[in-house]
Amino acid sequence: MIVARTGNEAMAEAMRQINPDVVAAYPITPATEVVQLFSKFVHDGQVDTQFVPAESEHSAISACVGASSTGARVMTSTASQGIALMHEILFIASGLRLPIVICLVNRALSSPINIHCDHSDSLASRDSGWIQIFTENTQEAYDTTIIAVKVAEAASLPAMVTTDGFIISHGMERVELVDDEAVPKFLGERKIQHSLLDVDNPKTFGALDLQDYFFEHKRSEIDAMDHVLPIIEKVQDEYGKLSGRHYPLVDEYRMDDAEVAILCMGSTGGTGKVAVERLREQGKKVGLVRCRVYRPFPKEAMVAALAKAKVVGVLDRSDTMSTLGGHLYNDARSILYDSDMRPHLKNYVYGLGGRDISIEDIESIYKELFAIQKTGKVDKDIVYFGVRGE
Amino acid sequence: MKEQKKGWKELPFGLALDAATCLEFPTGDWRSERPIWDPEKCTHCMICWVYCPDSAIIVKDGKVQGIDYKYCKGCGICAEECPPKVKAITMVREEK
Repeated sequence: MIVARTGNEAMAEAMRQINPDVVAAYPITPATEVVQLFSKFVHDGQVDTQFVPAESEHSAISACVGASSTGARVMTSTASQGIALMHEILFIASGLRLPIVICLVNRALSSPINIHCDHSDSLASRDSGWIQIFTENTQEAYDTTIIAVKVAEAASLPAMVTTDGFIISHGMERVELVDDEAVPKFLGERKIQHSLLDVDNPKTFGALDLQDYFFEHKRSEIDAMDHVLPIIEKVQDEYGKLSGRHYPLVDEYRMDDAEVAILCMGSTGGTGKVAVERLREQGKKVGLVRCRVYRPFPKEAMVAALAKAKVVGVLDRSDTMSTLGGHLYNDARSILYDSDMRPHLKNYVYGLGGRDISIEDIESIYKELFAIQKTGKVDKDIVYFGVRGE
Repeated sequence: MKEQKKGWKELPFGLALDAATCLEFPTGDWRSERPIWDPEKCTHCMICWVYCPDSAIIVKDGKVQGIDYKYCKGCGICAEECPPKVKAITMVREEK
């Protein structure tokens, strides 16, 4: 079925089809609609979900942890300060290996207070042991919400699917939905090893773990993350067969003969692809690489993609506040260290707090990248693009 | 001999341990004072059983049978809570 949906509506629609056992949530702009719309599905009896309106995001994700420990399929949605308030519980969810799925709408973290898009919120949770997938548009947000549930359960790790606040979350687009009955069939039942409610086989969850075993438990969690990428590829392949839409780990656009490229995440991928088309019409060999799966980082696929270009502009809608630039830039530099094919990298930190980036902006970045290709020198490795006073 | 601990690949999944692992820890060896129960004085009011934080008061058919020294940590709550007119439990120094 083809419908017109905003990103939030599309994610809520996916949640309706997934029909989770439990959704515990607290509203926050720009993610409010996801659970607001979902609560209507609950009210109208369109889903069987136990809906828990919590008193804070910390309580919401804590309720998710409890529910998921029983073997339930559990989802929630949040943004910005909400994911920040969830922060300590995120590590508990991943440590306990609970496949909770969060529909995360990217919004800048305070301060200064702002409600618009950048990636500082999800990236501040980067090291929490959650799978993170960034989407480019409403269709992908819908599809990835369904994919993430299956991936999380197969990997026994929690996952967050992100959309860019307002740009995707409130932008109406054409969305193709999978049939209602196909989604539960695609997902199957969640398989569990232990349930908190299995009184015949009682277990202790989350016991104190000191010098003698903590490290071993963390090591097994790291190992679980190490097995995620093949799981994502398998589930994306299955979903491709179901929907006709095939998603990669790393989205490459016109990269085969690209001389210069940009690397980005989220909705900027869409804007960038239009810029690529415009420049291609002028005969310029430009390409685009979009990091779709961000955690775990798809090292091999990313090295293969970036190595095709001679110069790569890395676009980060976030800054690490470490004087080392943006998150994606640091990851890109790290994975290319051992590569024989190392393109020149230049970091463009852009769009903080929702500042718009236009097709023309990206065209101007490509122009700079061609200049670097010509001279073979990166004049300045980290720049703050679109800020006044530079 | 040094205890052989499990490597990370051998651990059970997801931090879920068997329940009631405290049964494997005989906490009675923490005791510096030992409660002595006097069956002659005991009225079987069950106050000690209610208060004991380690479930170390042995009860059968509604009657106190004695104290489980495998787990009793010697905290003395039973002796303190035994009614003043009964005083069926007294604490004595644990001898080596």
